[in-house]
Amino acid sequence: MGIGKPIEGTYGIMAEFNDPQSLLDAANAAREAGYKDLDAYSPFPIHGLSDAIGFAHTKLSAVILAMGIIGGISGFFMCWYANVITYPLNIGGKPYNSWPAWIPITFECAILFAAFGAVLGMLALNGLPMPYHPVFNVKRFENASRDRFFLVIQSRDPKFDTDSVYKFMDTLKPREVVDVPW
Amino acid sequence: MAERDQHPQHEVRPTTQAAPLPARFIPSPMLEPGHNFASVTDHISSIVLRRKMPLGWVFLFFVGLMGVGVLGLTVTKLIFVGVGIWGINHPVGWGFDILNFVWWIGIGHAGTLISAILLLLRQEWRTSINRFAEAMTLFAVASAGLYPALHTGRPWYDYWLFPYPNTMGIWPQFRSPLMWDVFAVSTYATVSLLFWYVGLVPDLATLRDRSRSKIGRVIYGAMSLGWRGSAKHWHRYEHAYLLLAGLSTPLVLSVHTIVSFDFAVSNLPGWHATFFPPYFVAGAVYAGFAMVLTLAIPARKLFKLEDFITMRHLENMGKVMLATGMMVFYSYVMEAFFSFYSGNTFERYMWTNRVTGPYWKMYAMLIVCNGLAPQLMWIKRCRTSTTWLMIGAMFSNVGMWLERFVIIPTSLHRDFLPSSWGMYHGTIWDWGMYIGSMGLFCFLLALFLKFLPMISIFEVRTMLPEAQAHAEEH
Repeated sequence: MGIGKPIEGTYGIMAEFNDPQSLLDAANAAREAGYKDLDAYSPFPIHGLSDAIGFAHTKLSAVILAMGIIGGISGFFMCWYANVITYPLNIGGKPYNSWPAWIPITFECAILFAAFGAVLGMLALNGLPMPYHPVFNVKRFENASRDRFFLVIQSRDPKFDTDSVYKFMDTLKPREVVDVPW
Repeated sequence: MAERDQHPQHEVRPTTQAAPLPARFIPSPMLEPGHNFASVTDHISSIVLRRKMPLGWVFLFFVGLMGVGVLGLTVTKLIFVGVGIWGINHPVGWGFDILNFVWWIGIGHAGTLISAILLLLRQEWRTSINRFAEAMTLFAVASAGLYPALHTGRPWYDYWLFPYPNTMGIWPQFRSPLMWDVFAVSTYATVSLLFWYVGLVPDLATLRDRSRSKIGRVIYGAMSLGWRGSAKHWHRYEHAYLLLAGLSTPLVLSVHTIVSFDFAVSNLPGWHATFFPPYFVAGAVYAGFAMVLTLAIPARKLFKLEDFITMRHLENMGKVMLATGMMVFYSYVMEAFFSFYSGNTFERYMWTNRVTGPYWKMYAMLIVCNGLAPQLMWIKRCRTSTTWLMIGAMFSNVGMWLERFVIIPTSLHRDFLPSSWGMYHGTIWDWGMYIGSMGLFCFLLALFLKFLPMISIFEVRTMLPEAQAHAEEH
């Protein structure tokens, strides 16, 4: 999908469903039939759908934790460096390294960094922003953000073969099955 | 359709009871029955994309615009002349500027509470109002941020508040609660914006797909970042959203705690109190829910959203107002108790002066607004009537402003030496800026209602009974 890769044939074959239950059943059936490069599209998150297409783990929590720790350390270091090392101020006779006073800023910086980690991490792992994607070539796909549910078997799947995928898709009782052009 | 007469299936109802429950024990639904994915999507997105804005919106827009004009005028005058145009002087150096800052930032807290804390507590009724409340948070924080920025007197030097390496070799004093405030408020504004935007992305994709105009498709398309609703994306999205809620929850509590430190860390009678952080947080939630009600009641009427913002939502908000109003009132009682129990002459004098001194009318009105008015919410008929809820909410909006007035000028106006006593009144420029900030709030709100979906469409879809799907056991 990267820039410069020669593009030929189809991206995959897409089946359209009316309700989340059909999509979930279809995704489970497709994985049982041995297809690996699947994706499912829905207008809202469906519990268990990512398991059904064989995706159960995300590194996001680790990213957020790491960012939170970095943020907290940076916040504390900033206060300590400013008020102990480079510009020491005597405030009410307190020791220069009066660390409890820096906890609020340490905490705020930890939250700030972790929140950026959550949002930017989620977008980066999802490969967003991505203005072009082959699924948008299917006219009916605009209903994926309204009330329709889609399953795509990608052409890069080792088991992919147009005729057999069409035949398999028909067993799932979809509303419609179409090619997804690049 | 026969289905429409049935109760929505997502309502949990006892099945073991033989006798039907009396109607008063059955909660009204979170979503009126009869909707499906398409109708929910079309109804909410058509407000942005198709329908003409109702007259009430036009009114809000122009009132907001006039307010922005007043704000521009007062800020221009302030920058040319200085903070001397305000009523602040010795001994009251903190007046409307800090008062309105705290008032606005408190209002903002309900948005985060609804979107984050109620999400973690699995309160599904939050779904219809969270987008709206988060927008309110952002605009309230924007209005709040004006005040400390302008109170510096030379706002073009406001960047001095932030630590940056400079040729003067000086750094901010990080032991000061005012510096903590800079970090708390700017973090709060940033995280609220991120949370709001992340919540908007799938709905922006809906608007992109539903928009008929080229410009709409391009703008919503760019803002939706190419969201396509992939199951993998949803998986990470829900993960990120839940963790953001988990991060926002301690954040929102910390922000008003730190705002209260601005007062509590000083040595002034009336401010120097350990119960200030919980007192301020409860007050913020109370004020914020009142403002959500103030905005949601007219909005659901104007945009015909009674199916989505049902009486259940309004009643629940009334209950939260009652609970937090009582916490606030408890703090007033504790404040009186501590001032006498401390055995400190100045503490005792401060409280007596607050209640019987020259500002006694403010204190009396405060007790009426925040002590008595919320008690209306004990009565179910008041909790389920938009008129009474609106009256209750108005009392708390005013009451929370009075509370900050009572805390700030009355603690300051009689200094330790009688030679340093004085009175504080806001000048026309103080009031102008207050009205102006309300105008800014209304203006931003009007733009939000026009250009973005005011109810989270994808989350409402998940509340429909047909959204439930279960994997078969293999």
